[in-house]
Amino acid sequence: MAVISTSGLARTFQTRSGPVQAVRGIDLTVQAGEILGFLGPNGAGKTTTLRMLTTLLAPTGGAATVAGCDLVRDPAGVRQKTGYVAQSGGVDPSISVREELVTQGRLYRLSKAEAEARAEELARELDLTELLERKCAALSGGQRRRLDIAMGLAHRPAVLFLDEPTTGLDPGSRSDLWDLVRLIRAQWGTTVFLTTHYLDEADALSDRLVIVDQGRIVADGTPIALKRRYAGSPDATLQDTFLAITGRGVTPQDATPVAV
Amino acid sequence: MTTFLADTALVFGRYARQTLRSKIQILFGALMPVLYLLLYGPLLTGMPLASRGSSWQVLVPGLLLQLGLFGAAFCGFAIIIEKQHGVVERMRVTPVSRLALLLGRVLRDAALFVFQAVLVILVALAMGLRAPLFGIVLGFAFVAAMAVSLASLSYSLAMRVSTPQSFGPLVNAVNMPAMLLSGLMLPMSLAPGWLNVLSHLMPFRYLVDAVRAAFVGDYGGSTMLYGVLVAAALLAVSVTTGTRLFRKAEA
Ligand SMILES: Nc1ncnc2c1ncn2[C@@H]1O[C@H](COP(=O)(O)OP(=O)(O)O)[C@@H](O)[C@H]1O
Ligand SMILES: [Mg+2]
Repeated sequence: MAVISTSGLARTFQTRSGPVQAVRGIDLTVQAGEILGFLGPNGAGKTTTLRMLTTLLAPTGGAATVAGCDLVRDPAGVRQKTGYVAQSGGVDPSISVREELVTQGRLYRLSKAEAEARAEELARELDLTELLERKCAALSGGQRRRLDIAMGLAHRPAVLFLDEPTTGLDPGSRSDLWDLVRLIRAQWGTTVFLTTHYLDEADALSDRLVIVDQGRIVADGTPIALKRRYAGSPDATLQDTFLAITGRGVTPQDATPVAV
Repeated sequence: MTTFLADTALVFGRYARQTLRSKIQILFGALMPVLYLLLYGPLLTGMPLASRGSSWQVLVPGLLLQLGLFGAAFCGFAIIIEKQHGVVERMRVTPVSRLALLLGRVLRDAALFVFQAVLVILVALAMGLRAPLFGIVLGFAFVAAMAVSLASLSYSLAMRVSTPQSFGPLVNAVNMPAMLLSGLMLPMSLAPGWLNVLSHLMPFRYLVDAVRAAFVGDYGGSTMLYGVLVAAALLAVSVTTGTRLFRKAEA
């Protein structure tokens, strides 16, 4: 069953120096329970696509349904059924972890008691129990990221959107986060739509990979199939695959994260 | 409707708790008008400012609205910081009504400024203000209306600027002429003809005049009517503007 389906989804920004076609027509279907890796270099249009799919940004072309709701006609339905973790998170540093988690549950219409219980439960699952009374400002990078994800899960969404979840994390925290994403899908059957510009991350986490470049999908398939098709051997690195598709390499070291 | 009210109460609660955590901020806001009362008020006591009542009945309404003008117009600072932390976007992605996202915030602001207005009135009473209780309560209502309007506009403006550094000067550039032209300090009826005419283009003037009328017990005249109409128009325009911003913020 498809939880996300888009056709010709597009967004053009009007800027002082002329129109910028950030997303130029995306056709995509995501199945329930899938972990989809949306891979592309910086500026490929990943964040813009995610912001459209989460109702933050109105598309300038095309259509999409997310979790059974039409993006444009029923944005409130989409919001209730999806969680979104932005690249730089969204917690107030001056507020405690517990208060942010409870508020988040209530913003998604849980009752006070439900929201409080859910905060405890998420803290247990995501290893935040010891940190509940701390101010968000006092968390490490990895802890902050776990909190951001807990916030996105407050209302048990059918789909979780993660924008570059491990950018800026140390290697240890990165692999912890990968485990967490796998756990979320295994435990709750949540569909996970994650963007990344790290090839190893896309390879390690995704059931299916969609490669985007300059606002368009340039390849779509399982990591193995893509490697076989574009680089001739399943042992080829995604780096080789990407090079074969786009004629350009992607090096995470070169990639400077752009905060949007 | 009940969902909308619950949403508004939730957003209000979040920001009210934040305000209550900084007691300094709560008291500090009342400091400027209280200083005016203590150090500037005595200069005016002997002057024939008022056609009816005492100079205090002219000065204090001005100070109340000044509290709203200078306090609420700077509310936007907070949202610039929140925007940088991604808090605004995180709230916009929840199903909470867009109007509630705005109203919860601005009602917190209004509550804060009305509380400060109460402090100002207490000091003013001690210094010699005499005014009817109903008039004073009406004054608080105007402070609340002014706070809601200006805070809404301030949030809208703040969402469009990228840094706090550019926001402050912008607000001051609007506030200074607004303060002078609305006759917050001295009534515009004292002004020469051209200045008086100019000041009629400034919406806040009608609010100040209405509160001054309320403080001398004149509730049924045209001054009060204009004050109420301008306040209602200001509320409608500013809340609509503010809500639209939460609906389609490209920030
Ligand atoms: N608000 C905006 N206004 C103008 N251009 C934008 C805006 N947001 C993104 N862009 C442009 O759209 C393109 C895609 O951006 P983005 O979706 O953030 O890429 P990614 O997340 O893949 O790095 C970039 O060229 C970026 O500069
Ligand atoms: Mg991005």
